[in-house]
Amino acid sequence: MNDRLPGFATLAVHAGAQPDPTTGARATPIYQTTSFVFNDADHAASLFGLQAFGNIYTRIGNPTQAVLEERIAALEGGTAALAVASGHAAQVVVLQQLLMPGDEFIAARKLYGGSINQFTHAFKSFGWNVVWADPDDVDSFERALTPRTKAIFIESIANPAGSITDIEAIAAVARTAGVPLIVDNTLATPYLIRPIDHGADIVVHSLTKFLGGHGNSLGGVIVDAGTFDWSKDNKYPMLSEPRPEYHGIRIQETFGNFAFAIACRVLGLRDLGPAISPFNAFMILTGIETLPLRMARHCENAKAVAEYLAGHPAVAAVNYSGLAGNPYNNLARKYAPKGAGAVFTFSLKGGYEAGVNLVSNLKLFSHLANVGDTRSLVIHPASTTHSQLDDAAKVKSGAAPDVVRLSIGIEDKEDLIADLEQALGA
Amino acid sequence: MNHDNYDDDYIRGILNGVKSIAMVGASPVNVRPSYFAFKYLAQRGYDMIPVNPGQVGKSLLDKPFVASLRDIGRPVDMIDIFRNSSHIMPVVEEALRLDPLPKVIWMQLGGRDDAAAARAEAAGIKVVMNRCPKIEYGRLSSEISWMGVNSRTLSSKRAPVPTQGMRLSLNRQSLGGGETAASDRATKNKTDPA
Repeated sequence: MNDRLPGFATLAVHAGAQPDPTTGARATPIYQTTSFVFNDADHAASLFGLQAFGNIYTRIGNPTQAVLEERIAALEGGTAALAVASGHAAQVVVLQQLLMPGDEFIAARKLYGGSINQFTHAFKSFGWNVVWADPDDVDSFERALTPRTKAIFIESIANPAGSITDIEAIAAVARTAGVPLIVDNTLATPYLIRPIDHGADIVVHSLTKFLGGHGNSLGGVIVDAGTFDWSKDNKYPMLSEPRPEYHGIRIQETFGNFAFAIACRVLGLRDLGPAISPFNAFMILTGIETLPLRMARHCENAKAVAEYLAGHPAVAAVNYSGLAGNPYNNLARKYAPKGAGAVFTFSLKGGYEAGVNLVSNLKLFSHLANVGDTRSLVIHPASTTHSQLDDAAKVKSGAAPDVVRLSIGIEDKEDLIADLEQALGA
Repeated sequence: MNHDNYDDDYIRGILNGVKSIAMVGASPVNVRPSYFAFKYLAQRGYDMIPVNPGQVGKSLLDKPFVASLRDIGRPVDMIDIFRNSSHIMPVVEEALRLDPLPKVIWMQLGGRDDAAAARAEAAGIKVVMNRCPKIEYGRLSSEISWMGVNSRTLSSKRAPVPTQGMRLSLNRQSLGGGETAASDRATKNKTDPA
């Protein structure tokens, strides 16, 4: 018997990839092509009818993208995945399979500011209504349930303050309610947290962040855990009902435990169109090969910087769940024992003004709106990523006006601390 | 025999070993899962026989339908049952009256009858339940990876370009069986009478 589960680092390098059948190329080639020839009319019809495995057109799938998809599915412990153009695109495609106009989904209030914006405003015009709950109060999810609730959405490590969500407790609410739990695992990556192991039914990522890891390519991904029964109670007609665009195929019946990923591809991506470019898929795939090495270093550096800041006289508070005494430290030990991630916030005694000064005085940290880069990054969320929120909502989401957010890179930690030292003293 | 989760070697041995497959419940309607599986397995070189009493006189991909297993009139290696769980036992009883016996009885995704499985196994027949041979073949060959599906296999070997009618190698390194831990748990929760 040769059934043996390789370790995470082996999967990060190998899963999904094999030498190219035509050329023997060992690195996954960039299949920079829009379309793929059919063998004959029957082959074409089989592919269009979803009867055969293969490639048609890069808006539906591409061989470079497919390697990326299988690799992330393997790392997350899912049955299948679909890569798309961005993390935002992943969220649209997921919810399009689950919600009809007038339906609701419950979302944790602590989210990436762009997600709060997308859920509040963009989705309103689709008739998808977000109901907010407090990730620190599991009962608030239960209270938010109605007969129209179709999904629950949380972040595993929540932006911007790096707080840890009790995934298992919220998964239990979702299971009782008969709705899928969607977990945005961007800030943790499967190296730190595998939400499917804790009860998630669907995992989404912005690949742009730690998975790609180099701040050079946009991408998003949807991972199907293969755990949810879509046929129950006819609540999810996109999966359980005959699809007219495929002559009456029922997606769940045909594709079993990877039906959700297939629905996202053939109903969502095909018709909404947010395909990932093959080049970006290649860049992200290359990044993932070093994910375990980078994440270990990101976390080691983040802890050192957080400890330094916690001891600095100009700093009012550091919100890093990896620090003893942080309110999320117990959850961090449970869910992310290898490290509490590398994105966190802190506040300065000098308030808003001091935060703005710090950002302008830093010489190594880059002031920009991204996280999960090899480079260390800094931003003032209240005036940027969370600027569209009113002051009360800013405080609730962890982006109060005096808060500065850091994304710690993989440089030498002594150099990062020296840069903060000179900027805080300036 | 544990029918909740199969070693890849067990499935691999079956798919590498059988040549002829009689599909009970094969549908000529080209959006039905049985049609998908029939067509795929035929393209991968299996000798496919459609069994469906309502379709006698017609053909499926140029293979004439037969009404029942005994009407096949020649030995078959595997019976693939595309029927609901409640219709499985009579098919297995019919299979047990064949001479020679089939080597394998396979019940499709969603299909499971433990009593029928026990009777087949007592007669020396290998049984697979609640799986699709198309998905398993696609998974073990990694052909299913085109769809972003986790094949749970690895290989550092260069594979040939698949062509019509070609059998693919199923001998990649397996990553602990076909089901992920999470999907396996979910299946068990669903089938447990709790």
